[in-house]
Amino acid sequence: MKLITSPNIADADGIYQRLIALHHGRSEEDSMRVNTRLILLLINHIGDEQAVNEAISHAGGEEEQ
Amino acid sequence: MGEASPVQWRERVPVWRERQASPLPASAPREKARIVIVGTGPVGLAQAIDLGQRGHDVVVLGRFDFVPLGSKAICFSKRSLDILDRLGVGERAVERGVIWNVGKVFWKDEREPVYQFDMLPVKHQKMPGFINIQQYYLEDMLLERIAELPNIDIRWGHDVTGVELGNADAGVAVASAAGDYHIDAEWLIACDGNKSTVRDLLGLDFEGRVFEDNFLIADVKMKGERPSERWFWFDPPFNPGQSVLLHKQPDDVWRIDFQLGWNIDREACVRPENVDPLIRAMLGPDVDYEPEWYSVYTFQCRRMERFVHGRVLFAGDSAHLVSPFGARGCNGGFADIDNLGWKLDLVLRGEANADLLESYNAEAVTTADENILNSTRSTDFITPKSKVSAIFRDAVLELAREFPFARSFVNSGRLSTAVSYPAGPLNTPDCDDWKGKGVAPGFPALDAPLGEGWLLERVGKGFVLLCNGDPGFTVPGVELLDIADAGNIDLLIERYGLSPGAATLLRPDQYVAARWKSPTEAAVTEALARSKGASGS
Ligand SMILES: Cc1cc2nc3c(=O)[nH]c(=O)nc-3n(C[C@H](O)[C@H](O)[C@H](O)COP(=O)(O)OP(=O)(O)OC[C@H]3O[C@@H](n4cnc5c(N)ncnc54)[C@H](O)[C@@H]3O)c2cc1C
Repeated sequence: MKLITSPNIADADGIYQRLIALHHGRSEEDSMRVNTRLILLLINHIGDEQAVNEAISHAGGEEEQ
Repeated sequence: MGEASPVQWRERVPVWRERQASPLPASAPREKARIVIVGTGPVGLAQAIDLGQRGHDVVVLGRFDFVPLGSKAICFSKRSLDILDRLGVGERAVERGVIWNVGKVFWKDEREPVYQFDMLPVKHQKMPGFINIQQYYLEDMLLERIAELPNIDIRWGHDVTGVELGNADAGVAVASAAGDYHIDAEWLIACDGNKSTVRDLLGLDFEGRVFEDNFLIADVKMKGERPSERWFWFDPPFNPGQSVLLHKQPDDVWRIDFQLGWNIDREACVRPENVDPLIRAMLGPDVDYEPEWYSVYTFQCRRMERFVHGRVLFAGDSAHLVSPFGARGCNGGFADIDNLGWKLDLVLRGEANADLLESYNAEAVTTADENILNSTRSTDFITPKSKVSAIFRDAVLELAREFPFARSFVNSGRLSTAVSYPAGPLNTPDCDDWKGKGVAPGFPALDAPLGEGWLLERVGKGFVLLCNGDPGFTVPGVELLDIADAGNIDLLIERYGLSPGAATLLRPDQYVAARWKSPTEAAVTEALARSKGASGS
């Protein structure tokens, strides 16, 4: 599966707000921990290895092959 | 001259069992031999038995005139036990060893494991998932077996000090207390460990990575009611921020590995008065134990680029080195000799071209790479090298308590299992549709009950055509094993998808070479030739 990079969620603003709220009042260290948990949960949900690999490359700022 | 004489080795290496230093061979100062093995470690000894059982005269050279003591390998995999069984010491090892199948992973001070695994998911096989046994006990058993074979000439206190690579042989210079001599070896197998003299003398590479961490290996004797399981802790209160591994050995000996970190005083940390507080913090202030052996290790992952250099063949730690998480060192070495023995046998008999040994290089390098990959990944999980890496590790452990998905990320060592060669050069690709069932070419045979015994007891000498019903032909050099009329074959049929008329061709190392729903003489003949190194095209 190719990673979806076009808009794929209905309420982007709402999700973004909840993402920021998740970090409200947390130390930088704790935020990092929470982000990491989030990444792992999402990776497992995506499941598809190719999609995850693409996301990893994009996140690292690499150009698509 | 060698680094030290046998006498001086005693000052550096502790002795488990004395062997008599061997005299000069009758043919000294110049001798000819077909096979010379360097090294009396487990890998060299196992290689000698394999080739001896196949009928070859073997000279084994060892620089020590003793079996060393110390804390080295304890965990031996099912695949190694299958190999050892073929060499005549599997049952002894299992009887003497501590059998275990289950590993548990703990985090911090929690009493419940965050994760656990079973090393023998497929039951009803002769050998267990793992045994633990002190390396020197295993070496003793291999030596007992060698004593039963008339054609193995093992020379204690004979140190290889020079190697010259010829076109059709290798010249070996040997130093011993009784004098120096020279052997022209048709084949030289270097099982001389990670500091391989042979490798150095030939100026060969050994590239890899050092892990900046130290581990205290404490073998202690104590009576205990703990189960024989592998227990691993991340960040326990008794070794904060580090890992600990606890494992049972025979004779009430327990191995405890404490991760210590990089900047430590290596001399000081093995002193009993410094180990004692660690042990008491872990097992309770009143624990009653006796120290057996304490040592500190730093781990590396390395391998030679090639294991075959003309007439010189490398096997075991001389060829590859892994970190011990996963017990892939000696187990990986046994895989080498298992792969090499039958190939060299065919070459020596003139039944295969020396090119067949190129497939040893290909398959053993594949195995080494898989072992290095796994042990590197484990080491990176166990000892995170950056803050982010540590945060990921802890997030995995945290999530693992609650969510099953996260448990598959928990890596306290992926324990050694047989490596497969699905793209191996000796395989004949399937022409039938097996619907994902059975054991495919390039995979190790899966054991199953057969009559009163086990399938793997019946294969492992030469090529075997395992079939369900007489195929109506024979192929020279292939033994037929028709199970149709044997008892207790249901699991075997299921595991191999062996419907009536079907057949699986097994190599002498118990790997599947080819299989057919209905084999023909021509197909089996061709697959056999391919397995012996005739190029398939
Ligand atoms: C702490 C620790 C724990 C381990 N745990 C495990 C485990 O649980 N499971 C596992 O599978 N592996 C484990 N290993 C790895 C395992 O011990 C090695 O992989 C194994 O010993 C390799 O065997 P070898 O025969 O290749 O080499 P070695 O055991 O090193 O033997 C080399 C031999 O060559 C001889 N030699 C060297 N140079 C010369 C020369 N010039 N002339 C003549 N003889 C020579 C030496 O005397 C020695 O006999 C562990 C290692 C360590 C350090």
